[in-house]
Amino acid sequence: MRRFNFGYYIKEGFHGAGSHGFMTFAAITIMASCLVIMGSFVLLAMNLEHNLNALMAENEFLAYVDDSYTDEEGAQLGAQIGAIENVASYRYITREEALADYVGEVEDDSLYADLPASVLRGRFSIQVTDISQLPDTISQVRAVEGIAKISAALDVANGFVTLRNVTVVIALIMVVVLVVVSFFIISNAIKLATSGREGEIAIMKMVGATNAFVRWPFVVEGILLGLGSAILATLVQWGVYQLLMQAVNVYSHVQLINIIHFEDLVLPLMVCFGSIGLIVGVLGSLITIRKFLRV
Amino acid sequence: MIQFNHVKKIYESNLTHALHDISFVIEDGEFVFLVGPSGSGKSTIIKLITAEERMTSGGILVGDYDLAKLRKRKVPYLRRTLGIVFQDFRLIENRTVRGNLEFAMRVVGSPNKVIKERIPYVLDLVGLSEKADCYPNEISGGEQQRVAIARALVNNPKTIIADEPTGNLDPERSYELMCLLEKINQLGTTMLVVTHERDLVNCFNKRVISIDKGLVTSDMENGLYDYETI
Ligand SMILES: Nc1ncnc2c1ncn2[C@@H]1O[C@H](COP(=O)(O)OP(=O)(O)OP(=O)(O)O)[C@@H](O)[C@H]1O
Ligand SMILES: [Mg+2]
Repeated sequence: MRRFNFGYYIKEGFHGAGSHGFMTFAAITIMASCLVIMGSFVLLAMNLEHNLNALMAENEFLAYVDDSYTDEEGAQLGAQIGAIENVASYRYITREEALADYVGEVEDDSLYADLPASVLRGRFSIQVTDISQLPDTISQVRAVEGIAKISAALDVANGFVTLRNVTVVIALIMVVVLVVVSFFIISNAIKLATSGREGEIAIMKMVGATNAFVRWPFVVEGILLGLGSAILATLVQWGVYQLLMQAVNVYSHVQLINIIHFEDLVLPLMVCFGSIGLIVGVLGSLITIRKFLRV
Repeated sequence: MIQFNHVKKIYESNLTHALHDISFVIEDGEFVFLVGPSGSGKSTIIKLITAEERMTSGGILVGDYDLAKLRKRKVPYLRRTLGIVFQDFRLIENRTVRGNLEFAMRVVGSPNKVIKERIPYVLDLVGLSEKADCYPNEISGGEQQRVAIARALVNNPKTIIADEPTGNLDPERSYELMCLLEKINQLGTTMLVVTHERDLVNCFNKRVISIDKGLVTSDMENGLYDYETI
């Protein structure tokens, strides 16, 4: 007698969602929009994080040797640099090599072909062991007599960190605000589902329905709304992301910004949307029908 | 068996003393009329039996359930031992007669096989086999009340409790309905009927419990409805 009547709950849940189609449509659309707004900020934060990591992964910086040093004298400084604790390896690049690299990087090399190597400085390419101590290591290298200038991506990295932090905070606020909004939407949809059925619910209670039995169809309806929104949101998010990706690729000729492919994000995104949809759907319906179950 | 033991009920919302000191015992298989003027506390007694309201003090036993100790989770199982009928029928309008009965059985988790067997039997008992596929608004008030009785009966309760079941019916329909309740009682279901209708009560020679202002004023076998004498 106490078996779980799964078919009945599913049927009633679908019936409920279908019987007030417009509200179902509105609830799914609004909640999906919330998810997309939320998702956009989260994806932005993830992309910033990704770029930041890429930037940090280049655990290499350049230390330029003073102009007055010859290549031989410059190379001698290597011993001092190698003695610094966090330096994993170093390599001296002569003026000639630097020029060759430079010309190689520029597409129209005829412009620089007859540039004298002497306009460039000799330099060390230095790799560190621990990227987090990079600022320390840089100042130690700078202290070496004969080192004129350091070139590291540190400033860019700092800018990125700030941007990333701001985005994460906005994303979190958005998640909270929009979860609350979605919750009210679902709650209203379920309220509509129960309106006009108070009599029916009272009859169910009168003939001895358990609260669980009365509750389940509405919970199923909440779940349907939540999952429906999650699916719609994933599709829309995919479209938005593709458009943005194209825009970024068009405007940044230099591939400075590295965008994560949507395929790599779709699974965690779906899990995220799905669980938020489920939780909001279930809680929204549970809390809404609580007042009908007091009889 | 339904037993009231010095039951007092005060409604918290407006501090109405609905029941002062009510005691009686209804044995299995009895047919009892509960009578009394408006506001005397009849519906309150019904609501206490169905655990829709909780008593303020005293003790109530309904079958195996001690309502003083009854946990909320157990209330549905108490209600499955009771069939409840109201003056206003309370049928689901968008379900057929059969659908209403089926719904009541599904709610308590009856298997399909039992539902298929039980519904024709109960419809036959209340004389509505022909109307099984009608909607409530397609049948008369008397017939609707018989559907409500069929629904109360369909889960095979020990007791049927009816709160003014004839309140919306003309005298002839009322008499027929009371005969039906008597027939069901003779098949073994305990019957507690709240009513205002003096002639009907006096016609049937059953036990009558009279209450007034929250107190039992008389309790007699083969009783008459006669609260003017009080
Ligand atoms: N839910 C409630 N809250 C507060 N007071 C109530 C409530 N229900 C009933 N009462 C009060 O309790 C008293 C008894 O009411 P009850 O409904 O039991 O009377 P009754 O005998 O059924 O009357 P009637 O014959 O008119 O149906 C009345 O004074 C009524 O106003
Ligand atoms: Mg009453």
